[in-house]
Amino acid sequence: MAKSDKDVVITGIGLVSSLGVGREAHEALILGDSAPAPIVDTERFAPYPVHPLPAIDWSQQIPKRGDQRQMENWQRLGVFAAGLALDDAGFKDDADACASMDMIVAAGGGERDINVDSIIVDEALKRNDREALLNEKLTTELRPTLFLAQLSNLLAGNISIVHKVTGSSRTFMGEEGAGVSAVETAAARIRAGQSTHALVGGAFIAERLDIILMVEAIKGHQTGEWSSIWARDKDHGGGMIMGSVGAFLVLESRGHAEARGARIYATIEQVEGDRGNRADGKLEKRLERMVEGAKPELVMSGTTGFHDLAAREKAFFQAKFPEAAIRGFGGLIGHSVEAQFTTGIGLAAMALGAAKPVAPFDKDHEKAMTKPAATALVTTIGHQRGEGVALLAANA
Amino acid sequence: MSNKFRDHLGRPIVAVTGMGVITSLGQGLEDNWAALSGGRSGIHNITRFPVNELSTRIAGTVDFIDLPVANSVERSYAMARETTLEALAQAGLSGDFNGPLFLAAPPVEPEWSARFELADRAGPAEKPADAYDRFLAAMRERPDPAFHEAVLFGSISERLADRFGTRGLPVTLSTACASGATAIQLGVEAIRQGRTERALTVATDGSVSAESLIRFALLSALSTQNDPPEKASKPFTKDRDGFVIAEGAATLVLESLESAIARGAKVYGIVKGCGEKADSFHRTRSSPDGGPAIATIHAALEDAGMGEDAIGYINAHGTSTPENDKMEYGAMLSVFGERLKSIPVSSNKSMIGHTLTAAGAVEAVFSLQTILTGTLPPTINYQNPDPSIELDVVPNVKRAQQVSAVLSNSFGFGGQNASLVLAAEPQ
Repeated sequence: MAKSDKDVVITGIGLVSSLGVGREAHEALILGDSAPAPIVDTERFAPYPVHPLPAIDWSQQIPKRGDQRQMENWQRLGVFAAGLALDDAGFKDDADACASMDMIVAAGGGERDINVDSIIVDEALKRNDREALLNEKLTTELRPTLFLAQLSNLLAGNISIVHKVTGSSRTFMGEEGAGVSAVETAAARIRAGQSTHALVGGAFIAERLDIILMVEAIKGHQTGEWSSIWARDKDHGGGMIMGSVGAFLVLESRGHAEARGARIYATIEQVEGDRGNRADGKLEKRLERMVEGAKPELVMSGTTGFHDLAAREKAFFQAKFPEAAIRGFGGLIGHSVEAQFTTGIGLAAMALGAAKPVAPFDKDHEKAMTKPAATALVTTIGHQRGEGVALLAANA
Repeated sequence: MSNKFRDHLGRPIVAVTGMGVITSLGQGLEDNWAALSGGRSGIHNITRFPVNELSTRIAGTVDFIDLPVANSVERSYAMARETTLEALAQAGLSGDFNGPLFLAAPPVEPEWSARFELADRAGPAEKPADAYDRFLAAMRERPDPAFHEAVLFGSISERLADRFGTRGLPVTLSTACASGATAIQLGVEAIRQGRTERALTVATDGSVSAESLIRFALLSALSTQNDPPEKASKPFTKDRDGFVIAEGAATLVLESLESAIARGAKVYGIVKGCGEKADSFHRTRSSPDGGPAIATIHAALEDAGMGEDAIGYINAHGTSTPENDKMEYGAMLSVFGERLKSIPVSSNKSMIGHTLTAAGAVEAVFSLQTILTGTLPPTINYQNPDPSIELDVVPNVKRAQQVSAVLSNSFGFGGQNASLVLAAEPQ
């Protein structure tokens, strides 16, 4: 594809997962000959395994204690990962660039106060005027700070406060699709000349009972031990293992990036989301349309691990691109819902930028790459709805 | 490429070809406009839930829409569906919409009734703070897909997308109190990008509950002047003491002017410009100097290709909180200078309260209606003006005045600021 100043390029990657903190840490682990074993906590939320947060020194990206205290882990992780992405792009100390930078955050909601919720439902078991009880308890037990920590758009708000990114601030919601729309929208704006540089991403905390409950309502979790994301056992739950992940990207127009001599990891050639009924091959039909014209050597799959969806996605890509290597990154670091799509793009961009093969995340189910990929597809098929595909190319 | 379908930057001009609205004043543009221009308040005592212990006992809830189940998601969806039906009928569009959907929707959490139900079917507490362990045990025993669907943020846009045949992956967004304006901005951008000829922009908020009310009360954001309810929202007055939480929805069908004219659609107005700028000052407070709000208004004017002098009326954010109204006045004064005194500025929120997620779109609809009817809606309850805010707020009674361009402001928690410039159809 001929280069243009309005191409969308990736110049910053901020990633935190159970494997560690930062782009370099992840590159060292996934671009070698073999990927590390996944880090899984099977005890804390048993019977639900989770990929936990790594050790994080929050003050590296959120220097003020006061700012740290205003947030719970979901917002902290997002602000932290956003800071990593800005650092990685060389924008961290560029006040003018941050003040004109656009931002789209893919957000869920923040942490419930499990203590307060427990106090209220326990008391309610003894009473039949439950609504009156709610007023009594909520007025005395709720903390104002926690409300702000729960508000979806306050992840973006905190990024503005901590990193001074203020060109614009938009928060998209809607689970996996929010991440897809965030990238799709930022890329469309850059291509149309409506934006020159943008911070895009999200964060997800797997270690939350309120979130675990949401997925258990459809029996979505794998239970017991970790197993390959491509071969999860139907006798052990629904197949998803969630992971705590923060994943932000800096996207720029090629013209903007080249003018400041930025390092370009990859170009986003195409990115699109879609939705609809998935029965009777309709999912595959949409995927077919979205990957039209692509010839990837690598498919960075964001599969949830849901048995049927994982099997269908793998079958589709094996048939469509028999030569391509498929990597299910959810198997390595867990499923991160709103952050899933930008995580996949970040991982694929690392491989393209470093021009190195990606080690199989799961040797029994994923084949080795003999040479670096020049183009990579990134997928996210939402656990309930929504699909997204991005086609990335090395900046050759 | 300069023609009558392109703006000053050569971009497709974006027309509004359909509008629909619901507020506490009623359903439909006609009823709402009659009430709003008549200076009627939709604020009332809360009956949806008990108000014992609550310092605020009034709201602009929408209690007249039929719901299969009375919860925030169903109410937000039902209002969005109704305003979209109205807007599409006005636009003369039937069948699949075939353009993208941008939905401003409130972040929702499980209803307390759902938690109580889980607690009822789970065992008793074994240790403190173990409610969620018990909820999980209950879920393991009997999953509840309806619970899952009810807490997904993508569930409202999913239903709208199916119902109206929109194209692609819908965007559900929240920029707090600026959400409605952001939805419109996304639609405008998509048309200007040439990605689509039309976009469906919807904003809805049916999330007033005891918990949402208490949360805002804890931030001292709400008026506590409960008696009488219709007098509580008094923007720009000396005794304003907070906003009145409210519900509502609005839909705007956006269309490239060229496509609208080509199919013979009636054009209700033009979205000339959109501006935004985030504030890094504080989580709930705006920069005291109004810098980001000023930048937002300037950005909207610049995007519209218009000077300050082209604005004939301002539909203020005007929440009736001490802080917003002061900051907004300062920002407007900075942009418009001495001329501000001669620009009528009114706040729809004096009558409908603050419809939060929906406000930006609801007020955009009313701004267009202001242009179409040549009637400025009043700011009611303006009995005791704040002497430090020198504005022509169209006090208490509507005014007949033709305007061709309106500025509509939306400012929110989390440093969110968005402004729209809406204008009459070009002649």
